[in-house]
Amino acid sequence: MATITLEHVTVPLRAFELELSLAVGSTVALVGPSGAGKSTVLNAIAGLLRPSGGSIRCGEEMWFDAAGGVFLPPERRSVGLVFQDYALFPHLTVRENVEYARRHAADEYLERFGIGHLREARPYGLSGGERQRVALARALARDPAILLLDEPLAALDAHTRVEVRTELQQLLGGLGIPTLLVTHDFEDAAALATEVGVIVDGRLRQYGSPADLVARPADPFVASFTGANVLRGTPSGPGSVRLEDGTVITAAEEGEGAAALAVYPWDITVSTHPPDDSAMNVVAGTITAITELGNRARVTIGPVSAEITAESLRRLGLVTGGHAYAAFKATGTRVVA
Amino acid sequence: MRGRLGGGLFVVLAAVAIVFLVLPIVGIFVDTTPGRVLAQLSNPVVDDAFVVTVKTSLVAQALILLFGTPTAYLLATRRFTGRSLVVTLVELPLVLPPAVAGIGLLAALGQEGLLGSSLHALGVSLPFTQSAVVVAVAYVASPLYIRQALAAFEAVDPRLPAASRTLGAGPTRTFFRVMLPLARGGLIAGLALSFARGLGEFGATIMFAGSLQHVTQTLSLAIYYEFDQSFDATLAMSGVLVVVSALLLLTLRLALSWQRSPSNTSPSLFGLSSSS
Repeated sequence: MATITLEHVTVPLRAFELELSLAVGSTVALVGPSGAGKSTVLNAIAGLLRPSGGSIRCGEEMWFDAAGGVFLPPERRSVGLVFQDYALFPHLTVRENVEYARRHAADEYLERFGIGHLREARPYGLSGGERQRVALARALARDPAILLLDEPLAALDAHTRVEVRTELQQLLGGLGIPTLLVTHDFEDAAALATEVGVIVDGRLRQYGSPADLVARPADPFVASFTGANVLRGTPSGPGSVRLEDGTVITAAEEGEGAAALAVYPWDITVSTHPPDDSAMNVVAGTITAITELGNRARVTIGPVSAEITAESLRRLGLVTGGHAYAAFKATGTRVVA
Repeated sequence: MRGRLGGGLFVVLAAVAIVFLVLPIVGIFVDTTPGRVLAQLSNPVVDDAFVVTVKTSLVAQALILLFGTPTAYLLATRRFTGRSLVVTLVELPLVLPPAVAGIGLLAALGQEGLLGSSLHALGVSLPFTQSAVVVAVAYVASPLYIRQALAAFEAVDPRLPAASRTLGAGPTRTFFRVMLPLARGGLIAGLALSFARGLGEFGATIMFAGSLQHVTQTLSLAIYYEFDQSFDATLAMSGVLVVVSALLLLTLRLALSWQRSPSNTSPSLFGLSSSS
């Protein structure tokens, strides 16, 4: 299994320049807001665009080297690219789409992806999940050295999304080739990839396992992107910040001159009376929003969102506009700036 | 009250316009009977004009396809400085008065023209030959094809050729297996337009090729020259052109609905009524 290595790959984009070094040997996800340059990375690896600098290698094979003037066209690179919206050929049947990549092997791949019964169908009329399977079968039919997935779940509705994500998770686990996927959703990235890189304005902000990123977000952006509450204020002693309303929040970390702390919603408890326990941090305020999702609920109190069970929500009788306390331990609070 | 009056007025104006547009066509077929048309088939002038038209049209349209398709493809898929200028220049013959086009062809390819001496050195003399008819038709009709083909290639989702490349197909295979089939409807429509324009060509042909029976006299030219000789022959030839033009219009409509249909599978006759 060859590792795909990007060294200082540079692409001038409209508002900024993409510059990236990355080694893809397992399943890696690039996450970041729209327009961060994520798809550009995939296009550069696939050979659909020519970067202005740097190099791209597949194992020992040089695919692109700005200094040496090497640029292999897409058809000579061993990549399987699954486009956002899948880019299936509308004038060909499902089987012809897969055969386009590799003759005589279509049936095997169609069966493997459970779409054998759709072989004579045309892409127009397939569901989002079915289209994705055709796109995956087509991309993998060439036995590529690397699989590239562009926003694999963005084209799906919320209903099929979770289902397809689980399918994709199983597939990627058993595939055994390096995979690079880009998504704007950290949850999708964490579910699908073993390593996650957060990319903003063409630069890699942080790279690590999803657990690493959650435990030690490098900056406020990564913290909020991974789902944390980011509390900004003025420094107030080691590892402490004073919020606008005067509340002092403390992290169990040394950090002189801290200006922003992060705490995850699932590390916050909610009560209707001032809590009297070991939690060091208490934010008091009016409940501005309650969002229920299945058996969980997000409760927003002042600057923080807490995640509690729907059962607790009812037991405490929390309503929008009511007064409540959010408490969290200093050990669950991180200094991010 | 007002709305009804306005509505009635519109209906009357529209009715006048439609009758005006249809009446000449009706006239051609009322003034002639199938028997009189058939009798004209033995008229050598009609026969010659028919043969010249078919020959020159087919050759001209084949050349337009051969040269116009790559031109449209490149203009649709490449971005370079001066691209819009090139597109404008390619479209210029469309708006040029045909007589001006004829003079232009003489000035470029005539014996005294820009390339005249080079052509002469090669032993080629174009003006007033059947090849000149082909050149005149190609000149005035090709922009119609190129325009339509350019739009058809541009309408193809750029990710489809990109997908083709990542699936191992080179630029040539991508063109023939993805771009050409997906742009097919638009290309056929463009060819129908170009064919129709070529059949009606008069001004540039008469300037550059003249009107020699059996050599350069096409149906459109013969209609004009037979006008005071035999009105029957004129009507017969006009009838033929009306039928061919109507068929081309039908092809155009069908091809465009084909291009637009989301599945790109088969032409639909229903598109004909809904788009009109």
